[in-house]
Amino acid sequence: MLNILDNRLDNRPDNTPDDTVNPVEQFLRSDRMPHIWCPGCGIGTTVNSFAHALIESKIDLQSLALVSGIGCTGRVAGYVKLDSFHTTHGRAIPFATGLKLANPKLNVVVYSGDGDLSAIGGNHLIHAARRNIDLKVICVNNLIYAMTGGQTAPTTPSHATTSTNPYGTFEPAFNLPHLVEAAGAVYVARWTTFHVRQLARSISEAFQKKGFSFIEVISPCPTLYQRRNKMGDGLDAMKYYKEKSKVKHGAPTSEVGLTLNGEIVVGKFVDRDRPDYQTMMRAQYVETLGERYLGDEVETECVCG
Amino acid sequence: MKADPRGVLTGTHFLDGDHACCEGALAAGARFAAGYPITPSTEVVERFAARVPTVGGCFIQMEDELAASIALQGGVWGGAKAFTVTSGPGFSLMMEHIGYAAMTETPCVFVDVQRGGPSTGLPTLPAQADMMQARWGSHGDYEIIALCPNSPQECFDLTIQAFNFAEEFRVPVMFMMDEVVGHMTEKVVIPPADEIDVTPRKHTHKSVEDYLPYSTNGDMVPEMAHAGDGYNFHVTGLTHDEHGYPNMTPQVQDKLVRRLQNKIRSAADRICLFEEDRLDDADVVVVSYGITSRVAQRAIDAARDQGLKVGKLRLITAWPFPEKKIAELAAHVKAFVVPELNLGQMVHEVKRAADGNAKTFAVSHAGGAVHNPDEILNTIVEASRC
Repeated sequence: MLNILDNRLDNRPDNTPDDTVNPVEQFLRSDRMPHIWCPGCGIGTTVNSFAHALIESKIDLQSLALVSGIGCTGRVAGYVKLDSFHTTHGRAIPFATGLKLANPKLNVVVYSGDGDLSAIGGNHLIHAARRNIDLKVICVNNLIYAMTGGQTAPTTPSHATTSTNPYGTFEPAFNLPHLVEAAGAVYVARWTTFHVRQLARSISEAFQKKGFSFIEVISPCPTLYQRRNKMGDGLDAMKYYKEKSKVKHGAPTSEVGLTLNGEIVVGKFVDRDRPDYQTMMRAQYVETLGERYLGDEVETECVCG
Repeated sequence: MKADPRGVLTGTHFLDGDHACCEGALAAGARFAAGYPITPSTEVVERFAARVPTVGGCFIQMEDELAASIALQGGVWGGAKAFTVTSGPGFSLMMEHIGYAAMTETPCVFVDVQRGGPSTGLPTLPAQADMMQARWGSHGDYEIIALCPNSPQECFDLTIQAFNFAEEFRVPVMFMMDEVVGHMTEKVVIPPADEIDVTPRKHTHKSVEDYLPYSTNGDMVPEMAHAGDGYNFHVTGLTHDEHGYPNMTPQVQDKLVRRLQNKIRSAADRICLFEEDRLDDADVVVVSYGITSRVAQRAIDAARDQGLKVGKLRLITAWPFPEKKIAELAAHVKAFVVPELNLGQMVHEVKRAADGNAKTFAVSHAGGAVHNPDEILNTIVEASRC
């Protein structure tokens, strides 16, 4: 098996910034540019923060894999210069679970949207949190199904106008931090795309945690959500995020639900420790099987000869 | 290469088909499985869950079949040989990920222990009514391989074959058992590890600069890398080019989808396994598979006792369909008799391949039991007179 040293680790511009080179570029597949995201969309901003988190955390890039589902945010996997998997709709988390279990040395990031993770993938989200699988989930929440034209999502605030609720939504939305905390996540934070440094820091912190981490990023969709709700363009979204966001670290997640025009509570809400799935699995097998337990690492020779 | 001895339970055993399937998977090198319980298949992963910690690997019971069928593919890209096991209702839920495995060329095995359907149907009773679903259940044009064991011994032997085909062609392989084969207990001989041939993953040896994840070198099956190897590759279910990058053009679609189809079809002669008996002088050929082939054997023997010239063609490989073999036989036999535990699935393939050169008689059965051999015998008699 090849073992390639990734010299991007040494090239990180933490000491001597070269302002002719975008420090983020080394993490992107520049041959895939331009990307598909609309002007004013926040997803690219989150990728920028993610890249800065890679710089800050000094995480080993070769061991880092990124898994996305389907949707606008699902396209992140195609633009990052990492082992990356663009899976089926809603199934990024179970794919990532298999990846992590087969190769425990990998650091696995799930990077997907609110519809993908909490609607069609909602069952996987809560079960992965319950199991405390060691995954870092970045959920870009644009409050709508954007790729398909702006339909109501489980995260759409009540009374927002969407293409499938043209007279306004009336069903209650999921409060995602509350949901994943209740299901067992060890790290839960929320930021907006206005909070680029705080977001990068949270992603760095999540890399230090062992277990199911969940970072929600409120992100504008000017094309579909902002326009239909007369909320202006991407810049107007930034102004809204700046004015209405309240940093409340440790806020009870039951109190951080979002409304159409109201306050956005941001910050680190949960940071706790409990054993992750693989730690519990190994302990159980060691206790019950003793020396008969041969571990969970798959030997490469067994597969590749 | 030879099997990893840790996974091989060498010896003579008294096993049911489900357990034998599990032992075949372990012998083939499977070290990861994701499952969701469903009768009559659950015993396969129950045994795997008990065995795999002592072999090196793990099993996880997922929250549903959607999760199981994609978690196993995460396991494959993480470097394991992996499989999942289900029955009809779960197989229906797995269809999307059979398509994903076909599109991303993820080598893996889906075991379907068939029961009566549609819907919840007959959870504890047999059928063979998922045969067309195995071939066509996911959307779009794609090609898979499907094998049909008819005994616990074959559940062991052919599970290894299923994994070997999966690795050689980078394709999802459907292992089409049925409730009777799954729960039938018989002698199963597991040979020593050094007598078991196992196909290694087609892992690339190219440098990072030279590696193109979906480039082929004439044999139509690209080389694979695993996450963590350093290649920074991309995998997507979207139509993709040789870089693995999405490309939404009819030209790339045509090139990709035709290759996915041709890599299997061009090797069909080698993939199509079958058992034949008394075909030399046969006027009538009974074409059967799985448990029905064992019932058909009795009908064939009885027909021969009556002096009827009847032969046997047992399909071990159902997909790709052995149409060349059927066409050859059709040139000099009068008729095919096709008993199966469904209301007519593979019989249509036999008819298509016979192309009017021989008649085709279905012996249908809605499932819940096996045929009475007399039903097959009566049809053989009828076919002999045509």
